[in-house]
Amino acid sequence: MIAVVSYGVCNVGSILNMLRKVGAPAEAVSAPSGIERAEKLILPGIGAFDNGMNALTDRGLADPIRARARQNTPVLGICLGMQLLSEGSEEGVLSGLGLVKGRCLRFPVSADPQLRVPHMGWNVLSPRRESLLLNGLGRDARFYFVHSYHLACHEAADVLATAQYGVEFTAMVQRDNVWGAQFHPEKSHKYGMALLRNFASL
Amino acid sequence: MLRTRVIPCLLLSNGGLVKTVKFQDPKYVGDPINAVRIFNDKEVDEMVFLDIGATAAGSGPNFDLLADIASEAFMPFAYGGGVTTVEHIRRLFFLGVEKVVLNTAAVSNPTLIRDAVSLAGSSSVVVSMDVRRSFLGKYSVCTRSGRLDIKRDPIDYAREVEQLGAGEIFLTAIDRDGTQSGYDLALIERVAGAVSIPVVASGGAGILEHFKEAVTHGASAVAAGSFFVFHGRHRAVLITYPDYGALTDLFES
Repeated sequence: MIAVVSYGVCNVGSILNMLRKVGAPAEAVSAPSGIERAEKLILPGIGAFDNGMNALTDRGLADPIRARARQNTPVLGICLGMQLLSEGSEEGVLSGLGLVKGRCLRFPVSADPQLRVPHMGWNVLSPRRESLLLNGLGRDARFYFVHSYHLACHEAADVLATAQYGVEFTAMVQRDNVWGAQFHPEKSHKYGMALLRNFASL
Repeated sequence: MLRTRVIPCLLLSNGGLVKTVKFQDPKYVGDPINAVRIFNDKEVDEMVFLDIGATAAGSGPNFDLLADIASEAFMPFAYGGGVTTVEHIRRLFFLGVEKVVLNTAAVSNPTLIRDAVSLAGSSSVVVSMDVRRSFLGKYSVCTRSGRLDIKRDPIDYAREVEQLGAGEIFLTAIDRDGTQSGYDLALIERVAGAVSIPVVASGGAGILEHFKEAVTHGASAVAAGSFFVFHGRHRAVLITYPDYGALTDLFES
């Protein structure tokens, strides 16, 4: 069973919908017990970094997620969920889960009106290496992004794929069994569906 | 790189899909779930659903219908219509809506914009502005599906909602709605020039080149209704969407 962590405001519904579509058993969990019995974890999230961290901590979920990640349980952070895997963000003052080394930075202000922040829309990935999650995705694969901050990894080897928005930024991260996608696979048509199917069959 | 988003804007009324002309005479064009399935197959960038009867009915969003739409929509979609409370917004996000669209309530209760932003972040909060152009060329913002002129200049209003934290402005020219005669480019230029958040142009798209014109005049994304649901001179109902290559070529040319 894939546990989709439900901790207040997040688009749990869309992720469950797509997992249902690919035939992967999944449920929304909002208590530590649900995290402890999951085979895999998906950490979604929208909104501000500190709100997200507070919501996890208030529900007693941050430590169980860290513990499962250290026990080699596959974890996939999506959008803010990926940022929460890091050590912190310019957006807030709280520490992140610390499962990936690095901090989240705001996109620089650009004079180009086509580079307004947030970065919102469909973009393509440049994979840095092979990965089970990217299996079967062609060069035309595109994904839906909505974010104002991006994760700057301390260790280049953790960067799984990048994308371009004025600057090159981390679109996917992987450190051992911990993965992150800055975009929304659950809202990225067949491309996102393939990625979630890959995660479900890890 | 990021291609300009091209967004079908679909109007709901009593659970069906309708299309208006200048915000009048809603014509039934089909079942929303069926439309979502077709737009899935066509891999649309994004969708906007606006329930044009919800505010007048005072009934709030039709959550059952939206849950059905969300379970079929594998692309981002925004919803607006009858959203008046933070609890509405919380339920919409939970069932899988990506962005909430505020229009009438943004005017009657501007703190709702701020509350929505603190709940979900500014990129999930869209303020929709319906703008009427007078005979003398003066623009004015309207609410309640265009029925109430609030006598506000669109530029001032756009700046105000940006200040309140809105992440995007959905800008509709009432006089162009359903006409397929092209966007109100002067309006787009004024509003997009006044704010730094993305402005989505809506109202008037009839041919692909209209999308390009809107972008040239400052729109960050383009929306259309008739363009995606009608076909031919006799406006036969046919749900269509240009293929990815055609759109890429259009915006790169």
